[in-house]
Amino acid sequence: MSDNAHPHASTEPEQAIDTSNIRSILATDCGSTTTKAILIVRQPDGTYRLTVRGEAPTTVEAPFDDVTVGVVNAVREIEELSGRTILTGVDGRPNTPENGNEGVDLYLSTSSAGGGLQMSVAGVVKAMSAESAQRAALGAGAIIIDVIAVDDGRKEFQRVERLRQLRPDMILMSGGTDGGTVNHLVEMAEMLVSADPKPRLGIGLNLPVIYAGNKDAYPRVAELIEDRVALRQVANLRPTMENENLLPAREAIHELFLEHVMQQAPGYSKLSGWTSAGIMSTPNAVGKIMQTIAEQRKINVLGVDIGGATTDVFSVFRGIFNRTVSANLGMSYSICNVLTEAKVENIKRWLPFAVSEADLRNQLRNKMIRPTTIPQRMMDLQIEQAVCREALRLAFDHHKSLARGLTGTATEKNVGNIFDQKSTGQTLVDMMSLDMVVGSGGVLSHAPRRDQSAMMMMDAYQPEGFTLLTVDSIFMMPQLGILSTVHPEAATQVFERDCLIYLGTCIAPVGVAKDGDPCITVQFKGETHAVPFGSIKVLPLGFKVGEDGEPETADITVTPARGFDVGAGKGKEVSTTVHGGVTGVIIDARGRPLQIPTEDGQRITKLKAWLNALNIPLE
Amino acid sequence: MGTAYTPGLKVSARTTIEKLRRLPLKGKVLVNVGDVVTPGTVVARTELPGVMQTVKLAERMGIEPNEVAAALRVKLGDSVAVGDVIAETKGLFGKFFRAEFKSPVAGKVELISNTTGHLGIRQAPTPVEKDAYIRGTISKVIPEEGVVVSCQGALVQGIFGVGGERLGEIVIITAGPEEAITDSHLRPEHKGKVVVGGSNVSASALRKAASVGVIGIVCGGVVDRDLMDYLAEALNQPGFDIGVAITGQEPIPFSLLITEGFGTITMAARTFALLKSLEGQVASINGATQIRAGVIRPEVIVPQGDTILSAGTDKSDDESGQLAAGTPIRVIREPYFGILGEVTGLPSELVQVDSETMVRVLEAKLQDGRTVVVPRANVEIIVG
Repeated sequence: MSDNAHPHASTEPEQAIDTSNIRSILATDCGSTTTKAILIVRQPDGTYRLTVRGEAPTTVEAPFDDVTVGVVNAVREIEELSGRTILTGVDGRPNTPENGNEGVDLYLSTSSAGGGLQMSVAGVVKAMSAESAQRAALGAGAIIIDVIAVDDGRKEFQRVERLRQLRPDMILMSGGTDGGTVNHLVEMAEMLVSADPKPRLGIGLNLPVIYAGNKDAYPRVAELIEDRVALRQVANLRPTMENENLLPAREAIHELFLEHVMQQAPGYSKLSGWTSAGIMSTPNAVGKIMQTIAEQRKINVLGVDIGGATTDVFSVFRGIFNRTVSANLGMSYSICNVLTEAKVENIKRWLPFAVSEADLRNQLRNKMIRPTTIPQRMMDLQIEQAVCREALRLAFDHHKSLARGLTGTATEKNVGNIFDQKSTGQTLVDMMSLDMVVGSGGVLSHAPRRDQSAMMMMDAYQPEGFTLLTVDSIFMMPQLGILSTVHPEAATQVFERDCLIYLGTCIAPVGVAKDGDPCITVQFKGETHAVPFGSIKVLPLGFKVGEDGEPETADITVTPARGFDVGAGKGKEVSTTVHGGVTGVIIDARGRPLQIPTEDGQRITKLKAWLNALNIPLE
Repeated sequence: MGTAYTPGLKVSARTTIEKLRRLPLKGKVLVNVGDVVTPGTVVARTELPGVMQTVKLAERMGIEPNEVAAALRVKLGDSVAVGDVIAETKGLFGKFFRAEFKSPVAGKVELISNTTGHLGIRQAPTPVEKDAYIRGTISKVIPEEGVVVSCQGALVQGIFGVGGERLGEIVIITAGPEEAITDSHLRPEHKGKVVVGGSNVSASALRKAASVGVIGIVCGGVVDRDLMDYLAEALNQPGFDIGVAITGQEPIPFSLLITEGFGTITMAARTFALLKSLEGQVASINGATQIRAGVIRPEVIVPQGDTILSAGTDKSDDESGQLAAGTPIRVIREPYFGILGEVTGLPSELVQVDSETMVRVLEAKLQDGRTVVVPRANVEIIVG
């Protein structure tokens, strides 16, 4: 894969803001359910810290139809909690710059409300240009609602009908290497002429179409469709079979998103006028943070942002950034889609109590139709956390299928790899080489106990070897993502001190055995701990005294039993340094793949033992 | 969340109702502000452009794409009928082995491509009409797009529904709000009617309703599995699921509106009483529901009186939805799901509930006499 496949620094607003004298920063994120506001203030020692947080329901829908109403409500909570007057600008907007205890120096916002950016992508070959187009759109923060390709198995009239029904916000058209096929691109343009698709928002407006295919085919494509759609050409995203060039298409998507889509969404043009920089899409902003973590620490990172409607997964493996959106996997609006995709038995397997299928289904439907409700009973919380595990797992499967090398390329063979049967297009996700998991989103950031977040991520991702588990403290990565494009120093300081919560290191040997058989032996702080197969043990390791959120570290020697691997090979000992956190060092000897008893009674007994190991309450 | 607004579902005997009737594409508005309309009045009309059928001429005739122009017997903009000769090869010496190609569809020639050798024939447009849906007065015209129809009348919003817009007379078929609708409640005389029951509609009752020709069902709840099984059967799609709950387009013979939620849940007494008071009147019912991005709730509308409103009449109801002591509420999540009550206190500090979640709560006196603490997010204000 070429360097071009690394879509670093996705689209970001071009700003010329003097950051030398920024004293206070207000940032909001308008989610599909909730609008979250944070206030960051420069301290006397010159560092930036989060001071207060406010939230309110998002108001992009009736009866309000104006996103700024929710923004004002969230900021009003900030005003109440901080004692600072902010909403004194024109039309009640946040006042900038700061003047005494009034106003703020910077106001920024991200958004995923109103259904986000919904795109259809088209390519010639499904596993090649159409897949590159998906990666380009996903990396720019889009939700893919359809993938059109010559070999997608549909008849032309079916593609035309689908395009008409879906009414995407934008289409990304790709295909053909430069100098390659022209006919397929022209046929695709003919399909657009035939469908005459209209955008989702803005009745009477032309649909934005980005052309990122064979440059030689563009004149003929333009001749066919430029009078019917808002057409823009960018560099071919697959100029040769071996190269992928996603950045120009991503930039164009972001620009058109701001120019066309956002201007049509209720209240967004007003909100744009309030901010000190353009509005950034939430997934774009979170992706920015994930890339920064991986670059600064030189590690492999897996990140997730699980929302009410969608679950975004981010990964950086070997320096390659990938992002996917599972548009219909989420904890409120989409909760029943998780039920449909995961099946009821897979949700029930995480519950430490018996429940009837009918009750479970009705309860999840009721959460879907009343998405902002909160679990009041422990069992309701456990049901939501069970759904979360499945949503995380399914979204991760989706991510692994797209975060992979280029397919269709010729692999150079030499004597060393001539017997290697691995095909091109292998997933880049390698759990044994994963260094860190970052969880974000309401169900992970607001779990009553952080240990519950650790357990949800361990169950869903099944990390292998040594993996540091972290969560976004109060779900503020989107705001810090956009802040990092304007004031990187402030973003880093708040991220390190107030956002990232260390849960601890998970040590999980790969392999399976019988319950109770030897699995792993750990030498830690002068003591030896033998952890049998099928169990979890937590070793205490917390935070450094006097340093905000900085985890303690300690040396550890891990000896896996025969047949088990923690990274050095089966039965091979590993000595390393591990980080602590809220939970500590978690020895997860439940097996990889994770072994859950199928019989109800045994399963419930096991689940209770595992939850007890992390001190997670059962009722 | 400090901002406590929880606008509930509206259940009102008399309120101002405004329905936006908008075309999917630009078109022509056929009425003016002040016009009185009935549910069937067509208020706007447009034409959905026909699909362009691609005829792969070069491929079908065995010629090169650049030879298509010479073979064509039609030009851009020509109208063709099914069977018209649209292309012809010269053949040998202009006489032998001549091949002709007849149009498979009727329409206008819109595309001739020398690159692909394809011909595009745009089929006739499909007329799309928007009716008024309710009896009322046109209060606003959105040029080229649609209108707002307004009326005074009764409005019952449900929490979830399926099926589209329909019109029928209201009939109460259960003794009270707690009684479930079974197939024995449904009789031939309910054909064309909107039937109202209590806590639930069973799977067999859904099938019976379809067979007797009921056009609307309103009740407290429905068991998830019963509804999904019925829809899978009616749509002939095994394993069908409503997924992310965007409904209203299901091709089923009736519209279903549930007022409380999934399961067997007694319909709120005042909702049942209001519907009972409307028995015998003609209602507009729509099961369309959208939970995400542009909330749409299912509804029953019964315009009252002459429904004549002057343009620009203000809404009579306050929808601000601020919680305060004395506000009537309904709890919308376990452990008090479905129970009505009244707010007695609004503590400002966060409180830990049984799930250990720290939330803003309210204190309420429930109808059954209990005094309870519930998260503010778990109640809705009774509006109307």
